Amino acid sequence: MKWSNRKKIGKADRDMSEHSHLIELQDIYKIYQMGDVQVRANDGISFAIDPGEMVAIVGKSGSGKSTIMNIIGALDVPTEGKYFLNGIDVGSMTDNELAAIRNRQIGFVFQQYNLLPKMNLVKNVELPLLYAGIGDFERRERAIASLTKVGLGDVWKKYPNQLSGGQQQRVSIARALVGNPSLILADEPTGALDSRTSRDVLDFLKELNSEGNTIVIITHDNSIAVEAKRIIRIHDGKVIFDGSSDDYKGQVTEQ
Amino acid sequence: MKTSQAFLMAFSSLISNKMRAFLTMLGMIIGVGAVIAMISLMDGMIGYTMGSFSDLGADTISVNFTGKGSKMLTDDQMYGFLEEHPEDFSDLSPSSTIYMTVRQGDKTMKDQGVSGVSESYAAIQSLTIDKGRFLAYADMLSRSKVCVIGTYVCNEFFNGADPVGKKLKFGAEEYTVIGLLKEKGDSTRYSADDCIYAPYTVVGRASGSAEPSGYTLKMANTEQSTEAQQVLEDFLYGFFHDSDCYRVANMAQMLDIMDDMVGVMKNILVGIAGISLLVAGIGIMNIMLVSVSERTREIGIRKSLGARQKDIKKQFVIEAGVLSTIGGGVGIIIGGVATTALGNAIGMSCSPTPSAVAIAFGVSAGIGVLFGYMPAKRAAALNPIDALRSE
Repeated sequence: MKWSNRKKIGKADRDMSEHSHLIELQDIYKIYQMGDVQVRANDGISFAIDPGEMVAIVGKSGSGKSTIMNIIGALDVPTEGKYFLNGIDVGSMTDNELAAIRNRQIGFVFQQYNLLPKMNLVKNVELPLLYAGIGDFERRERAIASLTKVGLGDVWKKYPNQLSGGQQQRVSIARALVGNPSLILADEPTGALDSRTSRDVLDFLKELNSEGNTIVIITHDNSIAVEAKRIIRIHDGKVIFDGSSDDYKGQVTEQ
Repeated sequence: MKTSQAFLMAFSSLISNKMRAFLTMLGMIIGVGAVIAMISLMDGMIGYTMGSFSDLGADTISVNFTGKGSKMLTDDQMYGFLEEHPEDFSDLSPSSTIYMTVRQGDKTMKDQGVSGVSESYAAIQSLTIDKGRFLAYADMLSRSKVCVIGTYVCNEFFNGADPVGKKLKFGAEEYTVIGLLKEKGDSTRYSADDCIYAPYTVVGRASGSAEPSGYTLKMANTEQSTEAQQVLEDFLYGFFHDSDCYRVANMAQMLDIMDDMVGVMKNILVGIAGISLLVAGIGIMNIMLVSVSERTREIGIRKSLGARQKDIKKQFVIEAGVLSTIGGGVGIIIGGVATTALGNAIGMSCSPTPSAVAIAFGVSAGIGVLFGYMPAKRAAALNPIDALRSE
């Protein structure tokens, strides 16, 4: 990992004047061949997200929102179209380059927290730094700082199963934050939480956004989506709404 | 990710899955332990058997006259033959064993072998004296009624007390014990310690013949035992013109045959050992494969956090390597203990041979890493999305 990949990325097709957005999706297609049937999970999706935004990508299950999340999260590559992250073309990267993007540019927050149960909190939070090749001391220091930020700095020795769901989600947010990523990508972050802890987590994400972090939330739940300033609605692999949450509320009530 | 961190991670992963780690290692432990015990015990047994055989004189050829024919070789003729063939034989001694009743006080031993030999017999058969002295040339000339006995005979007649100077009755004649041999076998009947040696000039008579009924010749070069035997047989045939009149026994040749047999046995054993190590390795591969499917989600999480294929592969290979190395290490200890214990139980001194330890350990670590690699490769190639979705 180290810094060698940076050079490779630097060589990639980039034009800062044209791609000043943090995320820019240009006509993204993701097509799966299921036997004889072609499934168009993403059917020509284009949008851009600027640094500091808080965006909710909303859609029913099967709408293609998870597919677009995987592409944004560098977990998958599109069949067609271009994806620029910080002006760098991610769409055509190799496996190792994608790993480096996930490691440095993106912080994931998952519905099921996805903490490793056999490791204590600080080790869980350290993982992205471990794969970035950061030394023991700095790693520990940054992980504790990140846990402190989410209010769990004093229980870093505990194991995930000793915490409540809301606390575990905070740990996963700490893990997402620890590498100072350009983007925090939250996939149904409140899906497994009761309404009160959901509120806490959402407020915390908003707080992070107000500090300048770019946050993208993927959800099927309109009540969660409206917490974001901007909403992108996906349906049948296409963007059917892209605007402010106030406009979105109006549209939903009309329907 | 640094390799040292990968090692730390492998250890902590193994510690957090103690039961699984132990079960995986069990195969390796038993495999390596069994291999070491088998090879070492076999080596011990081979050493013991070969040792006993060479005690009997691996570098000697013995001649026995069957008594057929009218002529008899004299000892002067035999010594003449020895002088003519210094390149084949370095020494000889008459050795005619007769079986008779030996008495001491009220103790009697029937059919006890008494061998008539010369003073050079001790050197030919590598006999060492514990107490007193061996027969001397003067005893041959003066036809002294003296004898040297082995520890078995000493134990039977004198309860292990110093026999030098005591008397034994061979048939009707009384002999003085002048020496006790050092224990060579295990002091039981028919072992190398069940022996009585007297001057051939006296015992030769006792057997009812003027000349010794057999000779033991020491070969100058054990590598050429077949040639030496041929020379001897040519000489004997030249004298008797009838091969029924004598028997020639070559210990070196028997030892060669033994060697071959032992070699075959050893190969079979190494084969069995190899199979058990292979089975142990497959066990490790199995557990690693299960562990990969069990930990698909973990792999997905790690990949989403930026682990490259290389990092995942490294983690699993190191885990497998650490497992099989620890398993192999414990196996070596258990194999060593088992070897010593079993060796003691059968009454042989056995210790684990370095080659057995090296082979067992090398193969176990090698198989572990090799069989750890395949599941590791599979794990590394998993798509992070699919891996994350698995429950």
